[in-house]
Amino acid sequence: MTLAIATPDTSLDLWLAQQTEKSLLRFLTCGSVDDGKSTLIGRLLYDSQLILDDQLASLKKESHNRTVGDEGIDFSLLVDGLAAEREQGITIDVAYRFFSTDKRKFIVADTPGHEQYTRNMATGASNADLALLLVDARKGLLTQTRRHSFILSLVGVKHVVLVVNKIDLVEYSQEVFDRTEADYRVFAQNLGFQTFAAVPVSALRGDNILTSSERMSWFKGSPLVPYLESIEVARDKADLPLRFPVQWVNRPNLDFRGFSGTLASGEVKVGDEVLVAASRKPAKIARIVTMDGDLTRAAAGQAITLVLDREVDISRGDVLAHPQAVPEFSNQFQAKLIWMNESPAFQGRSYLLKIGAQTVPATITDIKFRTNVNTLEQAAANKLDLNEVGTVTFATDRAIAFDSYAQNALTGGFILIDRLSNATLGAGTIEFGLRRAQNLTYQNFDVNKQVRAGMKGQEPQIVWFTGLSGSGKSTIANLLEKRLTAEGRHCYILDGDNVRHGLNKDLGFTEAARVENIRRVAEVARLMADAGLIVLVSFISPFEKERRLAREIAGDIRFTEVYVDTSLKVAESRDPKGLYAKARRGEIKNFTGIDSPFEAPLTPEVVLHGGEYEPPALADQLYDWLKI
Amino acid sequence: MTNRLTHLQTLEAESIEIFREVAASFERPVMMYSIGKDSSVLLHLARKAFFPSKIPFPLLHVDTTFKFKEMIAFRDQTAEDYGFDLISHTNADGVRDGINPFDHGSSRYTDIMKTAALRQALSAGRYDAAIGGARRDEEKSRAKERVFSHRNAAHAWDPKNQRPELWRTFNTRLNPGESMRVFPISNWTELDVWTYIYAENIPIVPLYFAKSRPVVDRSGTLVMVDDERLPLGPGEQPRLEMVRFRTLGCYPLTGAIRSTAADLPSIIMEMQASRTSEREGRLIDSDSAASMEKKKQEGYF
Repeated sequence: MTLAIATPDTSLDLWLAQQTEKSLLRFLTCGSVDDGKSTLIGRLLYDSQLILDDQLASLKKESHNRTVGDEGIDFSLLVDGLAAEREQGITIDVAYRFFSTDKRKFIVADTPGHEQYTRNMATGASNADLALLLVDARKGLLTQTRRHSFILSLVGVKHVVLVVNKIDLVEYSQEVFDRTEADYRVFAQNLGFQTFAAVPVSALRGDNILTSSERMSWFKGSPLVPYLESIEVARDKADLPLRFPVQWVNRPNLDFRGFSGTLASGEVKVGDEVLVAASRKPAKIARIVTMDGDLTRAAAGQAITLVLDREVDISRGDVLAHPQAVPEFSNQFQAKLIWMNESPAFQGRSYLLKIGAQTVPATITDIKFRTNVNTLEQAAANKLDLNEVGTVTFATDRAIAFDSYAQNALTGGFILIDRLSNATLGAGTIEFGLRRAQNLTYQNFDVNKQVRAGMKGQEPQIVWFTGLSGSGKSTIANLLEKRLTAEGRHCYILDGDNVRHGLNKDLGFTEAARVENIRRVAEVARLMADAGLIVLVSFISPFEKERRLAREIAGDIRFTEVYVDTSLKVAESRDPKGLYAKARRGEIKNFTGIDSPFEAPLTPEVVLHGGEYEPPALADQLYDWLKI
Repeated sequence: MTNRLTHLQTLEAESIEIFREVAASFERPVMMYSIGKDSSVLLHLARKAFFPSKIPFPLLHVDTTFKFKEMIAFRDQTAEDYGFDLISHTNADGVRDGINPFDHGSSRYTDIMKTAALRQALSAGRYDAAIGGARRDEEKSRAKERVFSHRNAAHAWDPKNQRPELWRTFNTRLNPGESMRVFPISNWTELDVWTYIYAENIPIVPLYFAKSRPVVDRSGTLVMVDDERLPLGPGEQPRLEMVRFRTLGCYPLTGAIRSTAADLPSIIMEMQASRTSEREGRLIDSDSAASMEKKKQEGYF
């Protein structure tokens, strides 16, 4: 390997020209803990003479008491960046490294081996053209080797190099190497890798890194770095259909309206007819604008600004394509999903989905199965935990333009974002659309309570307030509703005022009528909860039997009985509607607390002491208890 | 035309995409402008990203009052040439208390005039995204930082709780009070920066080029006497030497190197042949191995 340093016999200009002409290869390193990934990267940096004098000096100092190679250096110290990692001696996050030879510039993603950091491996793999998969020659293929291979395949890495490291510790054994390679070939045959090579190395000692090792004359393949310099990985994105996601509308003044973005794939020329994927509105390319001057054509990877020949309504997130090869446009699709958050993915949950420049609310409509990343076996699942991979269907609030991930990673890969915390929860790769938007029948999509609740981002439930007239039920329910609504929850209050005057106006106050009154209210509450709402029911409901009935009607819906325990004396002194006075005068019959009993609840979930605290404090108590 | 982009073309396009994502996703972005060579590249990329529009956000310079005079002159000339909106912020409390690197030490001075000043400026501007020129090849802890790097309401970075960043699909969403630091040239190396400056003919501060300048030699570090505020030791005399700077900052804290490289090819040549990493000239990094990571958690860029 020649280094990226000018030598006296190359002219400076020639060398500079060479620097600007290099190609770029992105690869990631993965494998189990202690397979020596960091040591390998350190070795690559060291051998390409990118370790500078001051770094080398501090490195030698730090290498004291560690496993070192012939140079007296623990190379892994070069790349184990974060303080926590130095303490624990493991790599816990993706680190990016850079080195170059005279042929190529390399960007290396160093990814962790620990299972709990599998999400970081997927992150590193998403931008990589090639993967170095490390195994320890002494241990052979491990569970993590299999898991990482599966993730590589899932994220669409097409080129894999199996690096059989620490070969020095098995006395440079050809037999060990051959067996490891053969094992891996069997395992990987269905993972869809386009190229595969295996190299026996010692990262610590530098065997088969830059040049063929004399200690392994039996190995006839290419050493690692020359292999990386020469492998052709450019899946020519320019040959794929045109996809131009509009990222930013460029409007410096009234005379210029351009659409800025990066060509995800394909090629575009001035004069081409294009369609907006969503509206199918056609237009022709009038100009391809860059600060370096207008272009006549542009290809995948270029950041450009397109000007069209006519006014078309286009905004951020729209995708431009040639009319003969448009992307799918649908609001339902099936995808593989890698879950990256401690709190699991559930069917029916609603998230924000970002694909290219499009961001839409999306709901998991079905978790079809979970794939065991170690055995590749599929099993039924109703949730996906951290680092689990599943095949799921999604429904988005509005149709989006996409391709299958296998066809186009940039228009087929998406992330899921939590609607409250805004954390990135998972990453998905689209397999196929379930329905074209012009086809109006829904398939494979059961609208149910979970789905509706997921779209509202809340757990539907019934909060049932019971207590004397004037105890403060409605006041507290109103305060709670305000607070929940302010937080974006969807609530509704059912009380005597809005039910007795309409739905139940045919009912009187006989015992049978009171039971029917409660039955109807409970049924309406159940329907509303089924529709996804948080229902606050404020009824005196004096009899234990009626309240039990309401709870039974609610079925599996969360039901919270709240007893607003305000004494008759206090309630009567408030008498907001003058009803106690009328009852005392005998103008109202069967009035609870006066001539009709109130059966205090035996097992309410919550008791609020109405005589002791003001309604806002009680509403806060209840809010804290409910944890909605 | 060949369809294959060179590595510089690829890096340029990716940086432009990041700039546009910021403009499209945030309410109040700002770009940190440190006047150094990385800032010059950043500015050039920003102009390309939005052309023919002007850069749709202001540039913020944290002026510690000890920047090289030539840096300030270059800054003002550049702002005039390109017509961007320039905000210069200085920590007024620090000025009132006369904070300087000589009496208060480099670490305290940097905390107050740089880190605290930056926090003040970001809070005052209620910026939700601050674009910076940091590169992953500069320093170990930066190698793990995201392109869109989340900061909590106290501007702090939590390295263990970073958002996964896949493809070029960046999660730009924030809760109230939170902000984002965005690094469009994360994947560039120092050599990439210099070859790009060369290829694109980007103006940089003349201090990068060798010239005869007044310096004092302090245990191997050449400090330029940029004004009369630099206290001279007994018998210490500024001498004219051919020097240049590999990195620019506050003049009392930035070491010059002896050099005759007076044009870009010579600088690149010299850089490739040299065996000392770029940040060595910055005195703040040498305190402890993890000092940069600590500073970032506290809000240093």
